Amino acid sequence: MAVTQNQITNTAADGSANAVVDRLEPRGHSQRRGATGTPFTFALGVATIVSMAVLVLFGLFLSPADVTQGESVRILYIHVGTVWIAYVAFGVTAISSGMFLWKRTSSLVWDRIAGASAEVGVLFMALTLFAGAIWGRLSWGKFWVWDARVTTTAFLFITYVGYLAVRGLGGSHQQRGRRSAVVALLAVLEIPLVHFSVRLWRGLHQEASVAGTTKVKLENLMLFSLFVALISFTLLYVWLVMHRQRVLAMQDTLDDKGLDFALAARRAETEPVLESAEDV
Amino acid sequence: MLRVAALIAAKDLRIEVRSKVVTNQVLPFAAIVMVMFAFALDTDEVVERVAPGLVWLATLFSLLILVQRSFAIETADGATDAMRAAGVDPAGIFLGKAIALAAQLAVLEFVLLITAVVLYRAELHAGGVVLLVTTFVAATCGLALVGTLYGGLAAGVRGRETLLPLLLLPVVAPVLIGATRATEAALGTRGALVSDGWPWLGLLVVFVALFGVGGTLAFGPLIEE
Repeated sequence: MAVTQNQITNTAADGSANAVVDRLEPRGHSQRRGATGTPFTFALGVATIVSMAVLVLFGLFLSPADVTQGESVRILYIHVGTVWIAYVAFGVTAISSGMFLWKRTSSLVWDRIAGASAEVGVLFMALTLFAGAIWGRLSWGKFWVWDARVTTTAFLFITYVGYLAVRGLGGSHQQRGRRSAVVALLAVLEIPLVHFSVRLWRGLHQEASVAGTTKVKLENLMLFSLFVALISFTLLYVWLVMHRQRVLAMQDTLDDKGLDFALAARRAETEPVLESAEDV
Repeated sequence: MLRVAALIAAKDLRIEVRSKVVTNQVLPFAAIVMVMFAFALDTDEVVERVAPGLVWLATLFSLLILVQRSFAIETADGATDAMRAAGVDPAGIFLGKAIALAAQLAVLEFVLLITAVVLYRAELHAGGVVLLVTTFVAATCGLALVGTLYGGLAAGVRGRETLLPLLLLPVVAPVLIGATRATEAALGTRGALVSDGWPWLGLLVVFVALFGVGGTLAFGPLIEE
């Protein structure tokens, strides 16, 4: 591997993207194959797959069915894992956005980490809502309850879908970074308010429907399975974000230098033709 | 900053008074939304019960239009760029546009409340007037601040018409909940007591404070590019 990703992102951030182009070009086909992979992410990917296999083993086979919920308790290993990652991801987005806006640490790397993390977060939030709805149907007989936590989760999902839309607005990279960072930090303001207001709303109008019934007494093996779920989903998250961040860096480089590349390629194509035309 | 805000607000309101877009287009839109709600919800009892919520929903829909309008007049002739080039304080622009938006919203809400009294048989009580007025003031300020903030963000980019509702509606959800409950308490809908409304007013005030400060700080980085 000739160029590490850090070198690429650093040079791209410095604006001397020509250096990047020069370094990328001689790599040819090998670059296409493992463009965002490093030995570390490879090891991380292997560890993720292994831990997922362990999770399947414990979650589906070794852990017992719940006394009251039956087999549907197994959905919770997915549900808790995905919601944990979604919250971690949105937290990382908020912190990276702050780092981007803070002048002393401002770098497009932070912006890309924020974006990559939000994308993964939205994906896992969707999985959370999906798994939660299935579990709710099995346990409570309904897909949805107007519980404060459930409602806040849905709002988080929509808010970060909006954040991703803001990222896709176009303009320069700096413009995108500042705009989306501000939106990410405003979301941090908004979400506690939404949670608080929904809780107040449900609290005054009807008994909280979930809090009382979900106090599941976990057996040791169940607790261990849940633990395995948290670890394997965390590994998956880190792996996804690292790759995604690198892809975003490449996209930025492509935006900056794509036209130059295309022009150079055209020139390289036409020159021999011109020569041969002169010969005739 | 405050002088700039006053100038911007006066400018925006003067434009609206002269162009009459709000009176000729937005107010009739809000009124037809209120009538449509009655069609959809059918029975008198239901409409009476949900009248406060419908007033605020119609306000939110109209807010989207007002915000688009408020920033359309800025981006049309590159006015934002001109103000930035002239070194106008972004916090002043933010507050000024928010004040102008709040004034338009206040007119709109007053009309909607009257419509609710006429169409939905909402009843005003002397005991709930203080709560009703403070709720309307707080909610109006909150909506105007958040609307200006996200309007400024979406201004001047492609696809802003579709982006603004996606960004704005989740943020104003606490206002919808808080203002609806407080209005129910003030009007005595479903036998609600006036004293039930004060915690909701507190929620609205917290919202105004947070987004007042957050918006003033964030508006500069959002528009200077």
